[in-house]
Amino acid sequence: MNKIPCALIGSGNIGSDLIYKLRRTQHLEPVWMVGIDPDSPGLARAKELGLKTTHEGIQALLPHLEEDGVRIAFDATSAYVHAHHSELLTAAGVTMIDLTPAAIGPLCVPPVNLEEQVARGADNVNMISCAGQATIPMVHAVARVQPVAYAEIIASLASLSVGMGTRKNLDEFVGTTSRALEKIGGAARGKAIAIINPAEPPLIMRNTVHCRVEGTPDQQAIDASVTAMVQEVQKYVPGYRLVNGPAYDGDFVSMFLEVAGLGDFLPAYAGNLDIMTAAAARTGDLIAARMLADATKEMSA
Amino acid sequence: MSSLDGRKVLVHDMCLRDGMHARRHQLTLDEMVRLATAMDDAGVPLMQVTHGDGLGGSTRNYGFARHSNAEYIAAVAGAVKRARISVLLVPGLGTMAELKEAHEAGASSVHVATHCTEATVSPQHIAFARGLGMDTTGFLMMAHMNSAQGLLEQARIMEEAGAQTIYVTDSAGYMLPADVTERVTVLRDGLKPETEIGFHGHHNLALGVANSIAAVAAGASRIDASVAGMGAGAGNTPLEAFVAVAERMGIVTDIDLFAIMDVADDIVVPMLDHPVRVDRESLTIGYAGAYSTFLLFARRAAERYGIDARSLLVEMGRRRMIAGQEDMIEDIAMTMAKQRGTFSDAASRLQSPA
Repeated sequence: MNKIPCALIGSGNIGSDLIYKLRRTQHLEPVWMVGIDPDSPGLARAKELGLKTTHEGIQALLPHLEEDGVRIAFDATSAYVHAHHSELLTAAGVTMIDLTPAAIGPLCVPPVNLEEQVARGADNVNMISCAGQATIPMVHAVARVQPVAYAEIIASLASLSVGMGTRKNLDEFVGTTSRALEKIGGAARGKAIAIINPAEPPLIMRNTVHCRVEGTPDQQAIDASVTAMVQEVQKYVPGYRLVNGPAYDGDFVSMFLEVAGLGDFLPAYAGNLDIMTAAAARTGDLIAARMLADATKEMSA
Repeated sequence: MSSLDGRKVLVHDMCLRDGMHARRHQLTLDEMVRLATAMDDAGVPLMQVTHGDGLGGSTRNYGFARHSNAEYIAAVAGAVKRARISVLLVPGLGTMAELKEAHEAGASSVHVATHCTEATVSPQHIAFARGLGMDTTGFLMMAHMNSAQGLLEQARIMEEAGAQTIYVTDSAGYMLPADVTERVTVLRDGLKPETEIGFHGHHNLALGVANSIAAVAAGASRIDASVAGMGAGAGNTPLEAFVAVAERMGIVTDIDLFAIMDVADDIVVPMLDHPVRVDRESLTIGYAGAYSTFLLFARRAAERYGIDARSLLVEMGRRRMIAGQEDMIEDIAMTMAKQRGTFSDAASRLQSPA
């Protein structure tokens, strides 16, 4: 066995896009999709792609976990039901990758702390928010050069790519992202701003990151660190682009980014959704690699 | 006598909020109190007090204010005798926690603002404001970017969430009187009779007063204006001019005309660090339909990167940038400067490695 079977909870746009990304990973094999609507086009599509599906929710998946060898599950439902899903699945030995804002488990941004989270072996990791995935690598890139007293990010999202879940909980979206700028990005204080733009044709996701550093910015070191980090993110989000910056103004350093999606299932402008599915797939892949390595060790022991 | 004889209009001052843009959010507490007290004495019944971008607005993107919103609100609340205080809350920027804090500091009214097509982000904040017992307005910004019918659909989302007033907000100062008449009429006909309609104008095409009168004629009962027009772009509808026209038409505002003229000339004008007027940039904003607040940001970026401010504003309009996208002004300026070969940064080296 060189791949870990995994399940997708939620048959919406995110879950649908995730199937394509998981199929391209080295160590993951998507085998189940769980929905709650018999007429879900997502479930029909998953079935066509060869996945087993159910529209009867998480309970219908539980009896199949063992026989199908499911060890990892991706939850793309909502913060409200995630806790319930996580409880049932982690009890059955399944590691959860949470794409909702529930944030039960440790927060994960792949190029910043994925290896650390995998080493710790957490049974639930949270992907924060699209704005967090897009901007925290930049804050971290500055913070690893010199202390960041304040990080502020502005995420501009195409209206069509922002679902009702986020709209109903915009305070939560900015709150979770702000805290993650501090906790994972390394800023002493974080502030996130979300702008929803309805332009037609839809605008590609943009993110602006402002960092106030302590002392005079070490421009050469920051330029190098930011450039290296952009290339690191591009490994799993090819459409991640530094459009302008780092721009320096007093003790402020600013980066202007664009995030285009791969256009797997979601349209390219929805880079905000794509960076979530790409980060989740990357996270799952590394966790699966470790599971496979552990299994090899056990066999040879 | 005009057909509007006897109509009552609530005039809502914007000096201490929209006016903050003109002063880069640097008004002192003393200046705020002096202005608020004078407006209160002249009979201004409602005044908005916050950072120009509202609660949560004090940021790198919009400019850090001299004081916190709570400090400004508490200072004004402690000084006025009759006037009520309102705040601006843009979901995505400000939060319900900040609204609660503003309410505790003395604010009793709120504009919950969204772009004119994105009202679905507002119900939670509107319901929360009503829960606090606040006079709650749904404030549809950049209203020229939606049709009258489209605006009505958005207004209904806010009304259903509990908004007692819906504003047609001409953030760009782009609308012509007929545009205002059409939108206000459709809202007046389509919303509940007890829901009030308001209009917030900008004077970029020098139509602030004419548009506000058109709104009143079509059924609006609240008008945002600013003494001496102190506000973003070419400023808001000049409050004292609106009061004068209202008086001529028999519209009742309860504001003392001569007293408010004195506030404008004796207090506001000396406070300005640049004249707030129709000039080539603010006129460009009104002409192109860009967000009025972009004015000073465009001037700064233009100077820094050697680009004409008007071409920046036109490009912002062309890219359909909306309220809050100030970050894109510098971004566009840098991109334009790179195209001219006058500027480079790590991003340009990354894209075309030497």
